[in-house]
Amino acid sequence: MEGVASKVVSPVVGKSDTKPTWCPGCGDYGVVAAVERALKTLAIPSHEVLIVSGIGCSSNLPHFLSSYGFHAIHGRAIPVASGAKLANHALTVIATGGDGDGYGIGGGHFIHAMRRNLDITYIVMNNEIYGLTTGQASPTSEMGHKTKSTPLGVIEHPINPIALALASGATYVSRGFSGDPKHLGDLIANGIKHRGFSLVDVFSPCVTYNKLNTFDFFRQRLYKLEGSAHDPSNLVAAFEKSQEWGAKIPIGLFYSADRPTYEELEPALKAGPLVHQPAGLQGRERLLDEFI
Amino acid sequence: MERSPDLSIRVGGAAGDGIATLGESFARLFTRNGYHAYGHTAYQSVIRGGHVWFHARGSPDRVWSQGDGIDILYAYNEQTAEIHAPYLRKGGVMVHDPEKFQFPADRLPAGTRAIAVPTLQMSRKYTSDPILSGSAAMGACTFLAGFPFDTLAAILQDNFGSKKKDVLEQNLGTAEAGYRFVQERERPIERAFAPNHGAAKLLITGNQAIAMGAVAGGCKFLAQYPMTPASTIMHWMAAHAADLGIVVKQAEDELAAINMAIGASHAGVRAMTATSGGGFSLMVEALGMAGMTETPLVVVNSQRSGPSTGLPTKTEQGDLDLMLGAGQGDFPRAILAPGNVVEAYRQTIEAFRLAEDWQTPILLASDFGLSENLQSADREDFPMDLTPSNLFSSLPRSENGGFRRYAYTPSGVSPRSIPGQKGLNFVAGSDEHDERGHLISDVLVGTPAAVVERRHMMEKRMRKLEGLRSEVPMPVIEGPESAQLTIVAWGSVAGPVRDALAELNSDGIRVNFLPLNCVFPLRVAELGKALVHAQKTLLVEANYTAKLGGLIRKETGIELSHRLLKYDGEPFYPAEIVAKVQRILKGEVN
Repeated sequence: MEGVASKVVSPVVGKSDTKPTWCPGCGDYGVVAAVERALKTLAIPSHEVLIVSGIGCSSNLPHFLSSYGFHAIHGRAIPVASGAKLANHALTVIATGGDGDGYGIGGGHFIHAMRRNLDITYIVMNNEIYGLTTGQASPTSEMGHKTKSTPLGVIEHPINPIALALASGATYVSRGFSGDPKHLGDLIANGIKHRGFSLVDVFSPCVTYNKLNTFDFFRQRLYKLEGSAHDPSNLVAAFEKSQEWGAKIPIGLFYSADRPTYEELEPALKAGPLVHQPAGLQGRERLLDEFI
Repeated sequence: MERSPDLSIRVGGAAGDGIATLGESFARLFTRNGYHAYGHTAYQSVIRGGHVWFHARGSPDRVWSQGDGIDILYAYNEQTAEIHAPYLRKGGVMVHDPEKFQFPADRLPAGTRAIAVPTLQMSRKYTSDPILSGSAAMGACTFLAGFPFDTLAAILQDNFGSKKKDVLEQNLGTAEAGYRFVQERERPIERAFAPNHGAAKLLITGNQAIAMGAVAGGCKFLAQYPMTPASTIMHWMAAHAADLGIVVKQAEDELAAINMAIGASHAGVRAMTATSGGGFSLMVEALGMAGMTETPLVVVNSQRSGPSTGLPTKTEQGDLDLMLGAGQGDFPRAILAPGNVVEAYRQTIEAFRLAEDWQTPILLASDFGLSENLQSADREDFPMDLTPSNLFSSLPRSENGGFRRYAYTPSGVSPRSIPGQKGLNFVAGSDEHDERGHLISDVLVGTPAAVVERRHMMEKRMRKLEGLRSEVPMPVIEGPESAQLTIVAWGSVAGPVRDALAELNSDGIRVNFLPLNCVFPLRVAELGKALVHAQKTLLVEANYTAKLGGLIRKETGIELSHRLLKYDGEPFYPAEIVAKVQRILKGEVN
């Protein structure tokens, strides 16, 4: 479009020339900064990074960075990212979105992506509310939370993304806070480095529609697992930590395990990324013998 | 033109009796002896029990459908005799085992008879499992059809050779006992074929042809969720995936399947998903995303009887409106509709070319009949020397200061890059966007510049529809140029129409046929020209509301004069079409 400056392609991922359109003070600013920080730390060339998102405020994120991006439809970031990773597993593939996108409409894909263990990093900006549709309850809204769709309070138990991820076989399960972009950046960088599916659930407050789970709410309650005695290789201990809610809420790395990735186990990818392999049936006439 | 007599063998029983294996083997008796064949499978949505049957029809000429009537019926159980014996043609026989059931001769049509074969007695030599008795009957039917035992022995070797040694021996022994038993007492039936008519032909289903055509067309990635009658596309692909270097991903649902295929295509490999109407309904939103992000994609919709779960193992052409309208808003698409296995192979290749060249989703409409029935073909029908057209048919230009992925072009097709290509980064968006992919849907929407942008971007995408229209298959009339009546049909209904046409024309009735291999976009000018000169027209379509007729009326203003519609899940029989044509020409129906 005339008058809109072009995307500056830098060797490593930086900001694009599109300014974020989030509300002033939105938690997602901290997340995009943390993603940028993580990718700079890892020094991955911007053309080798694909960031896939769904729909919602947070899903606009790919537009604000200089890598390749795919801004998909609501709830489908994970399958689009999975297809792209299988087509070219040399790419660094990151999926992003919100709690409604990932744990609500896309919830089915979420659990299967984890058992599948593709080498994808999934960053969920969890604000416990639907923001872009102006404030309805989300799958992570707490019991009793009064929203436009639940004026008398939520009467469904919220999803526990950490416990769900552990139960689904995710091999890197972490939670960050957008109010601490440095810690969050480390979680994301380690998630990208991790071989396999990495979940980074992020408390990313909605300053407009969620007056319950605010920056102050989290600042008063959060503590870091990294400074505690928690052993992230212990699945049972990780489950116990995932149940902590209330006065003290943990962030950091809950669990990490080494398991073969889907790409490593897929026979067709032994010869390298699919996108570089030959296509067609030339010289394969013997295939017809099975029909005789 | 004189038509050679055909020969039809039908076998029926319960699910779990091995009926499909028997039936396919009958079809293979024809093709191994150099005859053409058509194998119609009729099964139910149960794994054991119920009633299933398989119809194998052979002919020296190409046959396009299951035809009409039965010459040799093997009734594994009494229900089969009750249901199918009435369709025996003059000179036909029913093979059965009186130990299983008695069937009074007066319940058979005039000019037909029953042949009793002690199949259980023969199989009991090896096992108490009655499933083996089918092989004895198969031996009997092979002799009655005029074929040597050697052909059957080779087929059994292929069917059971990979199993335990005694399984093959039992089947061979029982089959030979059945063959010799009848040989000593009977002669082959009057319509029996002479063996060794020519070189062996191929026997292939539409789904196998589609799967193979996809790979020939460059497909490297298939994501699919199991659904009858599309599942066997995935089965063929999965069986060959490691060898051919293809990723086959069984997804958690159809939403994932199509979105995975879009992701893979975005990353630079040709990708496909396949499903039936129910799964296709779930894919609708993502189809629009492929249109909006201009991502090449091939989607196979193998239709079955709807609505809802409908008749999962029965055929219909009820999804035309769904495929035409799938997705909110307007975006370019094409719907190809192959009518037989050879067209299925070639049109799948063409679907991949169109998707790649026009950067938009292409639908391939199949149905239960095409997908699962077996048809004979020759090796030359499946050329494999095609080089898939350049994966990046629109190589990006060198860009100074920002890659315009959605650049305005006269054709509507813009330069495309894939992740991993340096200096051509962009964001594909399901939101409306400008030439560089920047959103115009949020802070810019409604501003004067964005209103113009939106208009231009819509027009750019929709220009591709006119490009597609100029490249999709041309409608070509088959049969006599001047005719009293022109039949119109799409997809696999072309099969029984072609058989009916051959019969009508050989009887000197001047009828021709306009098959539509592409139902959208229609070649309106050519179609209108073909139809406007037709004296009378007959639409043959497998749905309740004459969907193709409606589309033709909408696009050309032409109302087809007569209709033959079927929505009971069963295929059209050539005789039904012949009878309808005769009534129309006699002026018996309006």
